[in-house]
Amino acid sequence: MRAGNPSSCEARAQTPGFARFAAHHPPTGTSRALLPFSMDLPNFLIQLLNSVQYGLLLFMLAAGLTLIFGIMGVVNLAHGSFYMLGAYLAWSLAAKTGSLALAIVAGTVLSVLFGLVLERILFRHFYHRDHLDQVLLTFGLIYIFEESRSILWGDDVHGVTIPQLLSASIPLTDNLSYPVYRLFMSGVCVLLALGLYFLISKTRLGMKIRAGAFNHEMTEALGINVKLIHAVVFALGVGLASIAGMIASPISSVYPNMGSQVLIMCFVVVVIGGIGSVRGALISALLVGLVDTFGKVLLPHIAGMLVYMLMAAVLLWKPEGLFKQ
Amino acid sequence: MSAPKANLETLPRGVQAVLAAGLVALLVFPFVGTEFYAQMVARMMILAIFAMSLDLLLGVTGLVSLGHAAYFGLAGYALAFVTPQDSAASLWWTLPVAVAASGLAALVIGFFVVRTKGIYFIMVTMAFAQMVFYLFFDNKVLGGSDGVYINFKPNAGLFDLEDKRVFYYFTLAMLVLVYLFLRRLLFSPFGRALAGIRVNEHRMRAMGFGTFGYKLAAFTLSGALAGLAGYLWGAQTGFINPELMGFHMSAHAIMMVILGGMGNFAGAIAGAFAFEYLLHAFKDLPAIGGFETGKHWQLWMGLFIVLVVTFAPRGLLGLAERVLRRRDTQIQEPPLAATEAAHVE
Amino acid sequence: MTTRRLVLSRGAALVGAASTGLLLPQIARAQSNKIRVGFMLPYTGTYAQLGVAIENGVRMAINERGGKLGGREIEWFKVDDESEPSKGVENANRLVQRDKVDVLIGTVHSGVQMGIQRVARESGVLSLIPNAGAHAATRALCAPNVFRTSFTNSQPTLALGKPMVDKGLKKAVWITWKYAAGDEAFEGFKESYTKAGGTIIKELGLPFPNVEFQALLTEIASLRPDAVACFFAGGGAAKFIKDYAAAGLKDKIPLWGSGFLTEGVLDAAGPAAEGVMTTLHYSDSLDLPKNRQFRLDYAKAFKLQPDVYAVQGYDTGVLLSQGVATVKGDIANKQALYRALETQTIDSPRGKWTMSKAHNPVQDIYLRRVEKGDNKVVGIAAKALSDSGAGCKLASA
Repeated sequence: MRAGNPSSCEARAQTPGFARFAAHHPPTGTSRALLPFSMDLPNFLIQLLNSVQYGLLLFMLAAGLTLIFGIMGVVNLAHGSFYMLGAYLAWSLAAKTGSLALAIVAGTVLSVLFGLVLERILFRHFYHRDHLDQVLLTFGLIYIFEESRSILWGDDVHGVTIPQLLSASIPLTDNLSYPVYRLFMSGVCVLLALGLYFLISKTRLGMKIRAGAFNHEMTEALGINVKLIHAVVFALGVGLASIAGMIASPISSVYPNMGSQVLIMCFVVVVIGGIGSVRGALISALLVGLVDTFGKVLLPHIAGMLVYMLMAAVLLWKPEGLFKQ
Repeated sequence: MSAPKANLETLPRGVQAVLAAGLVALLVFPFVGTEFYAQMVARMMILAIFAMSLDLLLGVTGLVSLGHAAYFGLAGYALAFVTPQDSAASLWWTLPVAVAASGLAALVIGFFVVRTKGIYFIMVTMAFAQMVFYLFFDNKVLGGSDGVYINFKPNAGLFDLEDKRVFYYFTLAMLVLVYLFLRRLLFSPFGRALAGIRVNEHRMRAMGFGTFGYKLAAFTLSGALAGLAGYLWGAQTGFINPELMGFHMSAHAIMMVILGGMGNFAGAIAGAFAFEYLLHAFKDLPAIGGFETGKHWQLWMGLFIVLVVTFAPRGLLGLAERVLRRRDTQIQEPPLAATEAAHVE
Repeated sequence: MTTRRLVLSRGAALVGAASTGLLLPQIARAQSNKIRVGFMLPYTGTYAQLGVAIENGVRMAINERGGKLGGREIEWFKVDDESEPSKGVENANRLVQRDKVDVLIGTVHSGVQMGIQRVARESGVLSLIPNAGAHAATRALCAPNVFRTSFTNSQPTLALGKPMVDKGLKKAVWITWKYAAGDEAFEGFKESYTKAGGTIIKELGLPFPNVEFQALLTEIASLRPDAVACFFAGGGAAKFIKDYAAAGLKDKIPLWGSGFLTEGVLDAAGPAAEGVMTTLHYSDSLDLPKNRQFRLDYAKAFKLQPDVYAVQGYDTGVLLSQGVATVKGDIANKQALYRALETQTIDSPRGKWTMSKAHNPVQDIYLRRVEKGDNKVVGIAAKALSDSGAGCKLASA
């Protein structure tokens, strides 16, 4: 029984195999199974886990962005603001209702409504406009959203408590544990990814979405309400970003400008994956997660530039990203 | 992917008159305004040069670069690194060196970047700019996040740039020279080729133009001119930091170009002045009944940008054009929807 | 095409150029007896909270002393520096050249401070630094007209090394963001920790403002140090504390840091922060009569709890007030004013402190532990700690 870790008994029972191995065979200075870049196996595996978790969260954001981009052809620089919106909603609603779960449900509804309104009054008129105009529009929106956030919720740093149910940590080695909540987050991302896949490839709505992206006029000529499709897709994108912000809020805290930091990474993921391709966004998000995680540890001096170098390299090899839509 | 835009290229006589009047105003300004505002106008002129350089790339050639500030900042850094701590460096070789440094960087990066198209071009220019940003931000050798100082303005020999008025007129001279150069370029065969690439690259290629080479040349030249602006900025403020190469600076440059109206360089100048002026005006707004209007300048700026993009997408030029339009021959913009839908990427 | 096709393209330029000089309100530099004080602080963005706290502190200090400086009325100016270094010089010039302030109080962000430093050295305006800890301001780039009332980035960590070694934590890993403030904090830690006999087994850094710590936390676990020392601030600090605890490291490897790790973020960090040890020149729970009084007065005036930034702002106001009072309002006599400022003893909520030769506070650094959501002072980590002022001409004079 490890001191200070109250739930280690239950956690032990759920510990994945390799972690139990690591727990019984703690890595020493001269460890076994040294990998080429001088990281021992358990460490490597845990870093892999970190990469995947980060990648999955990025995917949530990138999926929304790539959908909006691919289906409606809109560049949305304000996507990070939706992430921030989710986080602030989670914080303020959780504070009011005392339950994060309730806050997430309510927050999702509010975000989707917000997305529908935004689409209707603003974005709808920009689908056929130049990308340049869209860049400008959404850049202006960032200003507006940031300032509105400041007026509505102030400039302080806030925290969101992890629900009791998910607050344990699973010991992976004798001194490192993995928070259950992060596993939960990854789980939610995977579920949403599956849901998205199902929606797009297996449902009639998904079929219409894909048709609309392929040929706008034809689809309309067939009597399908393309305007509605667009609204749905936009709201979906906003909702995904907002949910990402909400479930990440206990981990990331809630603070001003949190959207801008995640925005650029999100764009990189979308571009590497291929615009419009949700599958591409997933692969690319995992790739970025890997590069970011291992880069920090192995190549700290160029860690800041690494992801951009990756993007440049991918685009030079495949100028339209890894996957076409 | 970008809808072909008909740019206002030949400036009507009214505009030319206004331009001339503006030049006179700028010539006279240091004697009329206070020193602070003269410096502010000098800064606006530097940004106007920066905007014009982007206009060559964006307005004329149709390449949307979200990383143009990298070349702006690089020249500033070049000046910082060649200026000794305790004395001035000569203008006559530091200026060409700085401009060449930016041009070279643009050439190298352009070589990789110009092969991509559309949104990918936008993103990859941004990526390279971010890389350059982090290169300087993360490395103390290059000044790190705190930036570097330029302790002495370049030594021009014949005239003293430390004198603020002299610096102002030097900047004005540069502005006029760059403007005239670019206007000449616009109507030269090279400039026409660039415009052709903007309107329809496939057709240009079909006609036998090596569009890659032309685009790369435009990218390089734009970068070099941005470097000229960056050099002047460094000389004026004496302080260079990585944010000058950052995403925000690049985005501001785009806004300036669009605000004024693209493709004729006069619009870039107007946009730079108008944008900077507005930024200051919003921040200076007095409090109205307890509501600190000035504090929330970002809100007004954001609303303004959204309004401009929604109602005046071709900038001040386009707006005035539409407002005063008579029913005379005007190049019609091709229907946008059809071209867009067919190219969903 | 008619000449009436007055595309106001150049008109905009004309209007812009002319009105900036002529139509914008000209500050009437009448023969006023008022002292002009300008704030250059972040009122928007990540550090907005800090900017407000500092201004509150300054105003409170001056209001306590009658709302005047040396018997003269005050005219206030402010500019939002947005924590944007590229506009540092421009914004500082706004206050110095346009508004012609006599005193410039600013700022929070070190990158912006470098811009102010430039303007301060060029123009000679009295510049009071209420937060930015960039070394250069009171080292290589020091100036007779620049005074700092806060700290240098290495001061808190200079006091960090010895307490850690005293507790038997002889092998440490250092982690921070890779930017100037992080580098300078490391400088202090390295000096004090190695001097006390400790070994830094690894120095970890991540790009600023990246907050994905998982990879490096895993790395820390595999390195098995006795303790972790760090520098983080703001939202990133809250996240680091939470991630550290969630990774199970909290009870295995003690977490120490420069005090900013736990300033203003304890609410957000929650129980994960319990037991974290930090060093800083202030603590909310400091049991000094001056601090108790200050906290009551501040809370009454602003309906907020003060933090270290408010204290620094307060001390700036006190310094300015006392200094100007000493020269009886004659701020034009710069030599006398500077001498007055240099020789002040500030009776601050953080304890009494004085100015070093390089114009940086010589102050006690407290050792604090987070207990029940508060930074409880458990001792003095370093008494009367002064920054080296290396390279400052004033210090060697």
